[in-house]
Amino acid sequence: MAKITLKAVEKRFGDNTVCDGINLEVEEGQMVCLIGASGAGKSTLLRCVNLLEAIEDGEILLDGEDISLPGLDPQPVRRRIGMVFQSYNLFPHMTAAENVMLAPRRVYKKSRAALRPEITELFTRFGLADRMNHYPDQLSGGQQQRVAIVRALAMKPEVMLFDEITSALDPQLVGEVLDVLCLLKDSGMTMVLATHEMGFAREAADKVCFLKDGKVVEEGAPSALFDAPHHPDTQAFLARALK
Amino acid sequence: MTKINAAGKTRRQIYEDRLRRRSMLVAGGSTLVVFLAVVILVPMAPGWDRVKASFFNWEVFAKTFPKLLEAFKLDVAIFLWSAPAIVLLGLLVALARDTRNPALFPLRILGAAYTDIFRGVPVVLTVYLIGFGVPGLGLPRPWNSPYIWGSLALILTYSAYVAEIFRSGIESVHKSQRAAAASLGLSDTDSMRFVILPQAIRRVVPAQMNMFIALQKDVALLSFIGPVEIFRQAGVYKSLLANFTPYVGAAVIFLAVTIPATRYADYLIARQNRERS
Repeated sequence: MAKITLKAVEKRFGDNTVCDGINLEVEEGQMVCLIGASGAGKSTLLRCVNLLEAIEDGEILLDGEDISLPGLDPQPVRRRIGMVFQSYNLFPHMTAAENVMLAPRRVYKKSRAALRPEITELFTRFGLADRMNHYPDQLSGGQQQRVAIVRALAMKPEVMLFDEITSALDPQLVGEVLDVLCLLKDSGMTMVLATHEMGFAREAADKVCFLKDGKVVEEGAPSALFDAPHHPDTQAFLARALK
Repeated sequence: MTKINAAGKTRRQIYEDRLRRRSMLVAGGSTLVVFLAVVILVPMAPGWDRVKASFFNWEVFAKTFPKLLEAFKLDVAIFLWSAPAIVLLGLLVALARDTRNPALFPLRILGAAYTDIFRGVPVVLTVYLIGFGVPGLGLPRPWNSPYIWGSLALILTYSAYVAEIFRSGIESVHKSQRAAAASLGLSDTDSMRFVILPQAIRRVVPAQMNMFIALQKDVALLSFIGPVEIFRQAGVYKSLLANFTPYVGAAVIFLAVTIPATRYADYLIARQNRERS
């Protein structure tokens, strides 16, 4: 059974159909990259999986269990699915460590003292040991984004969603964040990325999906999709993106 | 290569120094002229002696000022016990108006009605209505004290304004912060308490400071319902000495508090604008 299954997911904003019957399967431990032009529905799809947006029709299954059921309490589901945003969205009035500890403290009722060792371990693993007590505005974009990843991981999620997390970064900072993603993949995390980093998708993804106008046009292993795209839309997009 | 003259300055620095010297001279000169004109011309105006005797009588000032200062303590005291109540009530009303829980819908309506009413009625009217009206119901001591009901009138009025400012602060926090909090599995209450409110409150501190400067001045309105605070004390002296200098003395005391406070609030606003740009 797939970790996440999307069945004919539909999402509209008013008259604008953003996800138009999307089907997708993400296996446990897989890294799936969603590619496509801005406005293709990648970000909205991730927000739907994390229940930040309610879908109009279709089903989203987590371990075979329908999490898109209207009226379902979203909070227990969100604890199992971590999300990282394009603009980091760290809480500016808290230090990096406080950012990371807030949710475990409130949701799992753990004390700061009890959290400290595992949090320190996470910060160290992602090269942020000396940044724990810095405020977000004292950190570079790349560091902020890594703290955001640590913050999501501290909830011990089963799945991580990444919404164009390198798009707001200076080019020289992209690498350090992508390295973190590789580290996560090696640890067996199930991951879904919306990304414009074609080189990274090709190298690291287990599966790549090309989205256009809210539909999955083509999906497959990166080698197949990047080297021999079938659909003319995929070919056109890749011709532009890989130029 | 930069050309540097004997004084170790570039051409541009020399030019800017000259400009600065000249504008300082002009500003100093024109200020001096205006100031002298006021000092010389105002006393020459017809009736100046009467104005001086009535408003700026040094003897009266010296005699009444200590007592005025004493009376001002009551203004400060009323301010000090009203201000925390205003912050608390204002925050509660702001949160009530922001609630999405259908069971709390009546609270939302009440909050909206409350802010509309108390922002729409002149403060002095509220002070009269509550400060005179409620003790007039024949309550036993100490519940007929004008201090209690006068303070309550101020609290109710100012909480309405303060609530609106809090609400604007809450709305100014970007919705991506709520999304981030929600994505971590935080409840709406926790997200408000730990993520939204701390940021919102910080943002509106300067605006709230201006409200509390206004509150300190409006404490004088309670003089109408009894408490002998500074404004009433000045009025007593005015009647006693048939002289307006005590009012001027009271104004001086208010200014000694409000001007530094206003300047500080302006400084906070300027700093915040710098940080955000």
